[in-house]
Amino acid sequence: MDFQVVVLAGGSSKNLTPLVSKELPKPLLPVANRPVLSYVLHQLEQNNLKDLIVVVEGEDTALVVGAWISGTFIDRLHVEIAAVPEDIGTAGAIRAISHHLTAKDILVVSGDLVSDVPPGAVAATHRRHDAAVTAMLSSIPVSGPLDSGSSGGKDKAKKLGRYNIIGLDPGKQFLLHIATGAEIEKDARLPKHILRAVGQMEIRSDLMDAHMYAFKRSVLQEVLDLKDTFQSLKEDVLPYLVRSQLKSEALSNRTPQGEENGNEKVTSQNNQVFVSRILANSSTPSFHDHSSENPDGSAPTRKTHKCCAYIASSGSYCVRLNSIQAFMDINRDVTGEADHLLTGTSSDPNNNIGPSPKLGTKTTVGPHCMLGEGSEIGDKCQVKRSVIGRHCRIGSHVKVVNSVVMNHVTIGDGCIIQSSVVCSNVQLQERVVLKDCQVGAGFVVTAGSEYKAESLARKEK
Amino acid sequence: MKQPPQKKDGPPVASSVAASERGVDRPVEKERKKDLPPPRMQFDDESRVDKAKRRSLLNQPEARNRVELFRHLPPHKNGSQLPYLESKFFELHEMHPSVYKVGLQYLTGDTSGGNARCIAMLQAFQEAIRDYSTPPEKTLNRDLTSKIGGFVSFLIECRPLSMSMGNAIRFLKSRIARLPLTLSESEAKAALCSDIDRFINEKIVLADKVILRHAATKIRDGDVLLTYGSSCVVEMILLYAHEIGKQFRVVVVDSRPMLEGQKQLRRLVAKGLSCTYTQLNAISYVMHEVTRVFLGASSIFSNGTVYSRVGTASVAMVAHAFHVPVLVCCEAYKFHERVQLDSICFNELGDPDAVSKVPGREDVNYLDNLTDKQKENLQLLNLKYDATPSDYISVIVTDYGMIPPTSVPVIVREYRKEYLLI
Repeated sequence: MDFQVVVLAGGSSKNLTPLVSKELPKPLLPVANRPVLSYVLHQLEQNNLKDLIVVVEGEDTALVVGAWISGTFIDRLHVEIAAVPEDIGTAGAIRAISHHLTAKDILVVSGDLVSDVPPGAVAATHRRHDAAVTAMLSSIPVSGPLDSGSSGGKDKAKKLGRYNIIGLDPGKQFLLHIATGAEIEKDARLPKHILRAVGQMEIRSDLMDAHMYAFKRSVLQEVLDLKDTFQSLKEDVLPYLVRSQLKSEALSNRTPQGEENGNEKVTSQNNQVFVSRILANSSTPSFHDHSSENPDGSAPTRKTHKCCAYIASSGSYCVRLNSIQAFMDINRDVTGEADHLLTGTSSDPNNNIGPSPKLGTKTTVGPHCMLGEGSEIGDKCQVKRSVIGRHCRIGSHVKVVNSVVMNHVTIGDGCIIQSSVVCSNVQLQERVVLKDCQVGAGFVVTAGSEYKAESLARKEK
Repeated sequence: MKQPPQKKDGPPVASSVAASERGVDRPVEKERKKDLPPPRMQFDDESRVDKAKRRSLLNQPEARNRVELFRHLPPHKNGSQLPYLESKFFELHEMHPSVYKVGLQYLTGDTSGGNARCIAMLQAFQEAIRDYSTPPEKTLNRDLTSKIGGFVSFLIECRPLSMSMGNAIRFLKSRIARLPLTLSESEAKAALCSDIDRFINEKIVLADKVILRHAATKIRDGDVLLTYGSSCVVEMILLYAHEIGKQFRVVVVDSRPMLEGQKQLRRLVAKGLSCTYTQLNAISYVMHEVTRVFLGASSIFSNGTVYSRVGTASVAMVAHAFHVPVLVCCEAYKFHERVQLDSICFNELGDPDAVSKVPGREDVNYLDNLTDKQKENLQLLNLKYDATPSDYISVIVTDYGMIPPTSVPVIVREYRKEYLLI
């Protein structure tokens, strides 16, 4: 269908330290024991998009990610890994691979998006309106309940910062205004000429940009060439396109007319004008056409391009993994309500081999939990709403509530882990109490220590 | 007495034998099957509905509470099909993207109007032909014909074809069938694309220009012209007459639920014509000051019946009662050999919920609070087309000149073979 898919897998992320590290880049962060990138790739595979370009920041990270992808999806997807320098931003990443892009439209998906919205919907909306860019909008995910109250205040502040102001036309099809949380302090400025052209604008703050975009390739390449300083698709390119949709200066969105030479040119051009007038008169006029018409109705002088929005239906699940809270929420949701995302995702070949988890006596494992293979849990343990990775050794009398424990973790007896994230190869000695903590990889927590709302990481040498 | 025609396009020769036996027609039908689009389905026939459901790409909506008289018509595919079709965007291998886009535009109502739909479809087919490559061990004729057939059935599922589109498809298929086998693939594709261009230019663009000139001679200074709905030809006539300097007024009559006249009104007023806007209920009050009525048509049948937007028949009848001449402006490619006596046996159903809503007036929602038991007794009907008898029409302006309605079968007989053979 003439679409090319680019997956922006990022690399390191400052929000998610200490969970990410050199060995475990962000795209491979496990959600319900599967790397988060696998959800995106699996969804694309299900929708029959088999030729992808995955962009990763940093050479080493690219090697790690590439190795994983070729291991898991070896026959099913044809993936090209492109490594770009770090901190180049999403727009910079597209700029770097711009010579690889050949199709008419590009579908840009963020590698940390976990959703069940079919990408075909965004693509179909894009084609139907012949838009320059189509963005997918979904309702802001409700943050999960926190067990302790102390970090509630911290998260509320985070939530306010994530506000987005999105302006839509009355038909909820076109994007009129988009402003991300960072820019909004007290007032939002709306462009007047767009408002005058449309007449009515609906402003919503309950939608967020899900970072799945469909771009017209020529438009995207032109904007990136024109504006060198643009770093981020979400914060620079998209608002620029939305602001300039009625006044696109350099963007050429008209197909070249009159390619024949000779005296046939005039008549054929006349005919084409005739035909296009019939077609234009029949379709429902959008405000783009109104604003670009001259008062006497002759051919439009100002070029316009359309920015469409696809609003995901309320029943679908769409969350981005860009904070620790989001990480925990996604883990909880994927094992809980949204477990349809799990069915059919490929399991690593390693998963099939290996003994199944062993549970001790009087150990309770609540619903919506996930236990990786090779894990052993001792006696009288309680596991509630948690995800435990592979090859873990959990002692007895351990309480794991609302947490994520990754692979190869050793947890001593009598530990209490609540709302925390414990990365791989961590050793927790006896009677450790963790609440709202994040323990980085390879850390050793000494016996009897209590930590609340802290981030423990091994110092990088 | 319902006489449901089983096929959309009867063979041209047998059209005079209107009620022919199916047995006699069968061998003739089979020969011409390649030229014809597949037989149109009667939707009250359970077995064929089930078969079609299994084959179709869209989810057929359940037949809920439809008017008995119109149960044989395909139910309306409203916007609820859109998410289903969108989610399958990348899975439809056989579909070409431009055909898919045109189908989506039909489904959502973005493109409407006989000429525009026909042009959009033909341009999409042109692109599909350009991107087409013959698979090995297959001939271009047969394979391309079956591919076009696939596209057409997809478009039919999005929205039933109009007569103009049916004629255009028949033309295209006959051109493909008549391609000489000695042509290479690229030459054949180029020939087909230029044929499509020629069809659009000759049958639509040039035809419209001829119609403009003819019709403009019928407009005198001081006229009050009435037009109904939104017909692109009539709009062009009015603008052309205004350009060459004739002084006249326009009355634009509109009707719910589509309210198509508003778009046309906006364009006419933007060009400086003085217009009056009214709705269909006021037609008899407005008609006394009107001197001419210009109407567009979706198709004209062989007995002179004009098949056009619902409401046209009322306008023509009132005009006839007031002795106002009615001119129907229609390109000749929209003529059809069928004979239709009423608006019931062949029509198109629109969205029934559109009848109960008024755009912009959320307070007019009296039908929303009905209980299910009450809803069982209420059937909403939204027809799209109606048939105007030929007695109410004074003259038909076509690209072959200005003809009385009784001359339509002559044009079909004489000129149809000619354009199929070019």
